[in-house]
Amino acid sequence: MQIPYTSKPRPDTGLYNAKVGLWLFLASEVMLFGGLFSAYILLRTGHEGPWPRGWLSVPIGTFNTMVLISSSISATMAWAACKMGQFNRFKMFHGITLLLAILFLGVKSFEYRDKLTHYWVETKSGVVADGHLVKKTDTEVVLHGVRTSDAAVLYDRTSADYKKLHHEEITIPTADIKKISNYQPKLNIYLSLYWCITGLHALHLIGGILVFGYLWGPGSSMWNRDRERFTNRIEIAGLYWHFVDLVWVFVFPVLYLF
Amino acid sequence: MASSNAATHSHAHDHAHAHDDHHAPTGFWTNYIFSTDHKVVGIQYGVTALFFMLFGFGLMMMMRWQIAHPGEALPVLGPLLEKLLGSNMAGKGIISPDLYNSFGAMHGTIMVFLAIVPLATGAFGNYLVPIQIGAIDMAFPKLNMASFQLYFWGGVVMFTSFFVPGGAAQAGWTSYPPLANAIPTDGQTYWLIGMVFLISSSLLGSANIIATIIQLRAPGMTWMRMPFFVWSQFVAAFLLLLAFPPLEAAGVMQLMDKVFGTSFFLPTGLAVGGDLANISGGGSPLLWQHLFWFLAHPEVYVLILPALGIISEIIACNTRKPLWGYKTLVYSALMLGFISFIVWAHHMYMTGMSTKIATFFQTTTMIISIPSVIILTCLLLSLWGGSIRFNTPMLFATAFLPMFAIGGLTGLPLGFNYSDIHLHDTYYVIGHFHYVVAPGTIFALFAGIYFWFPKVTGRHMNEFWGKVHFWGSLVFMNVIFMPMFSQGMGGMLRRMSDGGINYLLRPELLYMNKVILYGAIGLALAQIPFIINFFQSISGGKKVTSDNPWEATTLDWQTPTPPGHGNFDRPMEVFRGPYEYSVPGHQTDFTPQNEKPKA
Ligand code: HEM
Ligand SMILES: [Cu+2]
Repeated sequence: MQIPYTSKPRPDTGLYNAKVGLWLFLASEVMLFGGLFSAYILLRTGHEGPWPRGWLSVPIGTFNTMVLISSSISATMAWAACKMGQFNRFKMFHGITLLLAILFLGVKSFEYRDKLTHYWVETKSGVVADGHLVKKTDTEVVLHGVRTSDAAVLYDRTSADYKKLHHEEITIPTADIKKISNYQPKLNIYLSLYWCITGLHALHLIGGILVFGYLWGPGSSMWNRDRERFTNRIEIAGLYWHFVDLVWVFVFPVLYLF
Repeated sequence: MASSNAATHSHAHDHAHAHDDHHAPTGFWTNYIFSTDHKVVGIQYGVTALFFMLFGFGLMMMMRWQIAHPGEALPVLGPLLEKLLGSNMAGKGIISPDLYNSFGAMHGTIMVFLAIVPLATGAFGNYLVPIQIGAIDMAFPKLNMASFQLYFWGGVVMFTSFFVPGGAAQAGWTSYPPLANAIPTDGQTYWLIGMVFLISSSLLGSANIIATIIQLRAPGMTWMRMPFFVWSQFVAAFLLLLAFPPLEAAGVMQLMDKVFGTSFFLPTGLAVGGDLANISGGGSPLLWQHLFWFLAHPEVYVLILPALGIISEIIACNTRKPLWGYKTLVYSALMLGFISFIVWAHHMYMTGMSTKIATFFQTTTMIISIPSVIILTCLLLSLWGGSIRFNTPMLFATAFLPMFAIGGLTGLPLGFNYSDIHLHDTYYVIGHFHYVVAPGTIFALFAGIYFWFPKVTGRHMNEFWGKVHFWGSLVFMNVIFMPMFSQGMGGMLRRMSDGGINYLLRPELLYMNKVILYGAIGLALAQIPFIINFFQSISGGKKVTSDNPWEATTLDWQTPTPPGHGNFDRPMEVFRGPYEYSVPGHQTDFTPQNEKPKA
């Protein structure tokens, strides 16, 4: 007594069970990220005052986009290798996917760390300073970055006005500080969205890495027992991976470029 | 002829592919706690959900006492509450406004997310969908187990929140910010974490049900031969699958607001208790309402669709007639499903939306009432000319129809913004949705329990006590909910621990609070025969004399009783539609779906 269509497709639907399940799961994921992007749109269109632009590094973001797209390609190659019965080739491509995924997360955590050492300081004298923390003592805070008395300039960092600002080492006496915060989620609504959306995306990657790691390591022994079913597993893991990739393709322009 | 399933067990073992064999479980843990058998999972859901329903009912009883006797100590339970929850919550055994709010929020949360939906989809869906389509199990048995475990632990988190500093969540089952953030209690954080568990559980469960229906239908079980119950579960599962994720996103954002101090839902310049709140601002409380109701309106159809499915099965069987307009029912259910995604803002007319947007949502709301009325009409017409067997399940099923009608019709004045401005957030709304959910869905669930009990346990529940349960419930449900309409129209607001005395336009309606309390006590008493009957019948009920005691047509009655692991003792093949009752020329008045046509 077996549940039918665990690896062979059902004739009238043309799909095996896990594939149906995965598509359904992805449909719900579309709604999950759809909800987050709608939140982004609603919060941005309803926002009063300047919206932060150019706060993230486009080169790093582009690099990471490339990394993910390449990993999608290698995931497809791994599945093709399974289909052709070439186990070693599968191992290679699947391993590449895994390494690229880890590379993405490495770059992402570098970006996160960068945000946590980036400070925004408002002084009582009306000057706003923004830059990376060099030193913090009881009496003063030293940043490497820019300062201005017109905070609006700091919001649009793609503007000419911002580019005119001079990068320097800035020392601010503690007594003069009105507000100091690093780029944690609560600094402003843009950063809240940034952390929330990329954080959830990163969680999806971690989940994917666990599954991919399992299929590369202990799970790959299924190759010898039930080749067809193993190939299916690689296929649906790959579909999931393409989805995570696709989400990033939306996240990148929305948060880094617009 | 409760036949044993031993034969099927033994040959399960000699398949070549050892890993995907569908073994019968052995041992206590795999049998009862971590079972992957859809029937066991269904029963687990059922028992847990019934427990939560009783618990949610208990919260409601205490609240009703409080508004009927404001400022008086709660008899019997008062001192216990003081001991458990502290004297600032229930000092001298009096329910404080904060505690009242906790009870209200948790009553709603528990009833919707931990009782009714799990019972309707988790218990009935899990148990019946596979056997009605002739499958041996769900498509993903392990996921099925996981979704029950997530549900269970989500429930545990919710339950624990009563005992954390500040008490359980107090901002209603809708958890509107900024209120939800402003109340200084960790209970809200627990609520959010609990919800993330429950949402994940329902996502796994609904994907599983849909995949099962798409993939595992027995040969011959075409889409238009599926029992309407299966259709109702199919549509409900799609609603859960697609409407819940935005609330999950919103839950994560509210959690970040609570834990990391972000302001997704908190506007700039928010004042709490007269002081400017120390927040970064820039968020939007309305965003939460949109994301919440985008789920919660489809959710109300998740509450009602499986109920309609159960009622349809019972009506067809007990009138000994095909359902009137099976295809119409199916298309209406599908239409309900689609339209329920575009009516959500009818819960938000009071938020100052533009008249254009309000017009859009009024129009869609009126449109969605059309398929609801069609379904009700079909079921009503199905009774016409039948020789009806009024057993307990059928009594509940027939009473369901007018009760659901009252609930649905009272929704129309809420759907127009000019009448809703007066009625919004009053007891009228409470009356409206309780009519749909309590004497509506809960009656359907009771009907289902009485109807399928013989299949699940091999024994009947007692008919006499079933009828006592039915008549008591019917009378007292109406004593409780009917007065709420007049109180609401008189301006009595919901969610007020004193019943909203200060705002009431017609104070003479206040006495009804006492009437409602007596009704609630009566309803509680009417459940006692059910509880005793339920447990007593498991071992002491009248034994079934056949696998198909109601002489029904669908495949769930073609299994051994109770169905063993793998459900059927022979492969199922389907030759006809689901409701071939009283077919002229046939020697019995029912023709099972798997009966071969004569050549
Ligand atoms: C066919 C017709 C229906 C219409 C036109 C309708 C309309 C409405 C409207 C406009 C509201 C918002 C009232 C307000 O807050 O001012 C409402 C509330 C509600 N309805 Fe319905 N409804 C219908 C059917 C149902 C069904 C079938 C269910 C459930 C099974 C349901 C459950 C609810 C619930 C739970 C609420 C209250 C939510 C809350 O504020 O806590 N309704 N309905
Ligand atoms: Cu609604």
